[in-house]
Amino acid sequence: MVTEAAVWAALTDVKDPEIPPVSVVDMGMVSRVVVDGDQVNIDMTPTFVGCPALEIIRRDVAARVAVEPGVGGVAVRFVFDPPWTSERITPQGRERLKTFGIAPPMPESAGGLINLAEVPPCPFCSSHDTHMENLFGPTACRAIYYCDACRQPFEAMKTV
Amino acid sequence: MADADVLVALLYQLADDELVIGHRDSEWLGLAPHIEEDIAFGSIAQDEVGHAIIFLRMLEELGEGNADDLAFLRPAADRRNAVLVERPNGAGTYLENPQFDWGYTIARRLVYDLFDGVRLEVLTRSSHQPLAQVAAKIRREERYHLLHHVTWFKRLAQGSDESRRRLEEGIAKVWTDVGGLFTLGAVATSPIFPATTQDLLDGWMGELKPIFAAEGIAWPSAPLMRPPLGLDGRRGQHTPELGALLEAMGEVCRAVPGASW
Repeated sequence: MVTEAAVWAALTDVKDPEIPPVSVVDMGMVSRVVVDGDQVNIDMTPTFVGCPALEIIRRDVAARVAVEPGVGGVAVRFVFDPPWTSERITPQGRERLKTFGIAPPMPESAGGLINLAEVPPCPFCSSHDTHMENLFGPTACRAIYYCDACRQPFEAMKTV
Repeated sequence: MADADVLVALLYQLADDELVIGHRDSEWLGLAPHIEEDIAFGSIAQDEVGHAIIFLRMLEELGEGNADDLAFLRPAADRRNAVLVERPNGAGTYLENPQFDWGYTIARRLVYDLFDGVRLEVLTRSSHQPLAQVAAKIRREERYHLLHHVTWFKRLAQGSDESRRRLEEGIAKVWTDVGGLFTLGAVATSPIFPATTQDLLDGWMGELKPIFAAEGIAWPSAPLMRPPLGLDGRRGQHTPELGALLEAMGEVCRAVPGASW
């Protein structure tokens, strides 16, 4: 019989389709793994409700877990409780985001509103001399910044 | 009215508002004042359509039919979005001589987002747990939209004489439809939707009035809920422009039945 630990380990092989160095576990998208005999039930929580990669992720997760020894069936469900927040990204996930040129999300500001005065350090040169170019970016979860030190545009995960 | 009927009626209003405003947002792609706004409106559109998908899937689970069919093939008379969100972005169409109106767009987006925020807060208190949970999640995303629209509202208000005039013209135009956001149609105030029309109005005015005041923009004297109300989208009354929108949105779906995309 497959163990929950084996399923979690397998899930680290499943990468975010839009951020290949980062796994769905690094992203904090896996809420729950329950093994029931040879049936594996996985609850995942979407980063953004409208993320178009969700169906790809569901397919990749089901396909990867299905080839674990002792697995008969896999069910992947998206749930919203607890909601995904950018705090769920693991320390390892935050480091791996940087290797892909994406600054990890800033901590949520006390007032709950987005604090535009706080800019993330550049993922390339670590300078804090950066500014926002666009609150919106190539995917729902990313914003666009520019580093005034190394003169590189870069993206940052939104705080959400 | 049975709880199940209230839930279905509510989900149609939520899905249709988000799907239609999301489509209008998407029509700015390539036409917005600058490329950063193309990206912003593209991203916001994707979020709003994504929210619609969640509500449509809930309807599918309640036996209302396939979510894609509900999105693309349902006739205009069965749509429950407010008329405000279906109005075109301006003269012309996306493909032919688009003379879209940025002032109107920003005014509409701001008043709709504030309304949506008030409604989402109500939903977080819904007795229907799946809806309360998804509302809590969506609220976190909507902060970005609101920040964007407030920023633009201020920029137009403080920009040039022309930008302010066009914003004020946009507000006046929005005001002819804005009351339609607050009608509840077949949704009864209940544990599933614990608010009245007046609650929604009060919450919305509480948010919007300080923004107007800060920019010295007069609160329009036209009544919000003018009797008789014009077209009530919550009862399936719509403009011909919604028909045109649905035709464009469902074109691929109808051309190639059963295609997956």
